[in-house]
Amino acid sequence: MAENIKPDDKKYYLPEGLPAPRAQRTGVDKEFWDATKRHELVVQKCNSCGAFQWGPEVLCHQCHSFEMGWQKVAGRGRLYSWVRCWNPVHPALKDACPYIVAVVELPDAGNIRMVGNLLASESALRLGRRGGLRGPSRRHAGAMEGDG
Amino acid sequence: MSEYTIKDKVAVIGVGETTYYKRAQAPVSEFRLACEAIIKAADDAGIDVKDIDGISGYADDRNDASRLATALGLKHLGFAGMVWGGGGGGGSGAVGNAAAALVAGYAKYVVVFRALAQGQFGRFGQAPVTNSVSGAPAFTAPYGLYVPAQWVALRTRRFMHQYGINQEPLAAVAMADYYHAQFNPRAVMYGRPLTRAEYDKSRWIVEPFHLYDCCMENDGSAALILTTADRARDAKQKPAYLMAAAQGSNYRHNATVENSADYASSNFKTLAPRLFEMAGITPKDVDCAQIYEHFSGAVMISLVEHGFCKPEEVMDFVTYDNITAPKGKLPINTSGGNIAECYMHGLELVNEAVRQVRGDSTCQVPGAKISLVASGPMVSPVTDLIVHSI
Repeated sequence: MAENIKPDDKKYYLPEGLPAPRAQRTGVDKEFWDATKRHELVVQKCNSCGAFQWGPEVLCHQCHSFEMGWQKVAGRGRLYSWVRCWNPVHPALKDACPYIVAVVELPDAGNIRMVGNLLASESALRLGRRGGLRGPSRRHAGAMEGDG
Repeated sequence: MSEYTIKDKVAVIGVGETTYYKRAQAPVSEFRLACEAIIKAADDAGIDVKDIDGISGYADDRNDASRLATALGLKHLGFAGMVWGGGGGGGSGAVGNAAAALVAGYAKYVVVFRALAQGQFGRFGQAPVTNSVSGAPAFTAPYGLYVPAQWVALRTRRFMHQYGINQEPLAAVAMADYYHAQFNPRAVMYGRPLTRAEYDKSRWIVEPFHLYDCCMENDGSAALILTTADRARDAKQKPAYLMAAAQGSNYRHNATVENSADYASSNFKTLAPRLFEMAGITPKDVDCAQIYEHFSGAVMISLVEHGFCKPEEVMDFVTYDNITAPKGKLPINTSGGNIAECYMHGLELVNEAVRQVRGDSTCQVPGAKISLVASGPMVSPVTDLIVHSI
């Protein structure tokens, strides 16, 4: 746990200026963004067959039910893939490179995957490693901390 | 095999391209580039441009078929079609659509084209600057995950992890592309050889991709003309007959936020068997291949998914010696491809496959009769074709 950064150590991993996430007008992902305001992580789960699904969609890809619900899940993940980005593909990233993008599986939610940044030290960059998902918040729905 | 097939029913009878420029260097508009390439392809085919009666494109091409037909004075536009999806995924599919239109009798001479002017329009390798994002990008862009180099790198990293692969196969692809380009006066990197030391010390774009693992960004246009087999027999050029063409996508490949069911995939697994079945050949019969390389790492995965080697064999198979012409076991990207000839969203790879089976490639594989093109790994749909000479 020594690798963990405390919540106040670093407010955001990447600088200000990247586009802010915005809920879709159709409402398909409204529950997720509402939950971030409560600092909760919720993901889509089919009310009919129980399948987890990500990203949010209007129907269940397994049983075709349109009755999609939401499930609160623990912020626990397993590192699935990661990359170190050196090229500033957005002006806000001009002085922020290199930075780490991580793809994390959620074992508590059918191994759906989410994307975030690595807040732990780079020694945590081993695929399959478990870690905690920090947040979520409006800025950081998917930052990962390493705890071995 | 199904009785429904386009095998040997159509042929490519002409190819053409404009000068290939570095990004934003084209002195004329994208539309003019498209017109020039189409005129050159018709000239290579020995047909009157006005006899073209079908136009086939892909990736939301900005040059409208009806505008082209008007500007070029086509007597009749019997077919105008586009493959869904972005980037290079539709390159071979646009040829397949042209073939389908010819076999259906919609048209007699179909042109397939791509034109890009990144000075007139935006760059592909940079993110649009907006205040907010919604939909799937809302779950990725705030973390700096924006562009194809990063998406492809994430899948490549996973594949390398699963099969114990290091940087060598990636370097081999970049080096082979640059080597082949040194024989090709059309290539943007003609006269600009790449040494392994330069590759190794080049800057990272996104690990595991060095600068030279990434396609260029270019301006220009490429085009090719297809017609029915009976008409092709009288053509000015040796016809390159279409053995097979296919579009495809794996189960839920495009699930958003990196949720593809089969993540470390180039997306050819369900397509490739159907392609070879239509062609009636096996991977061993392919003399050379043009494997889309927006980023080098995707090439080894595409080769595996077409059955050229097993994933456990990548380190032994995807070597510089094996993939370079003329002596390699499977020469690939023999014009220099997207990395060193021109990033024309892979249509330059289709033209090169045609030249190989015609026997007039600048890096000719001796006696090449069969060439395969794999278009657009990791996007959806991806598309393939095989051409051969008879």
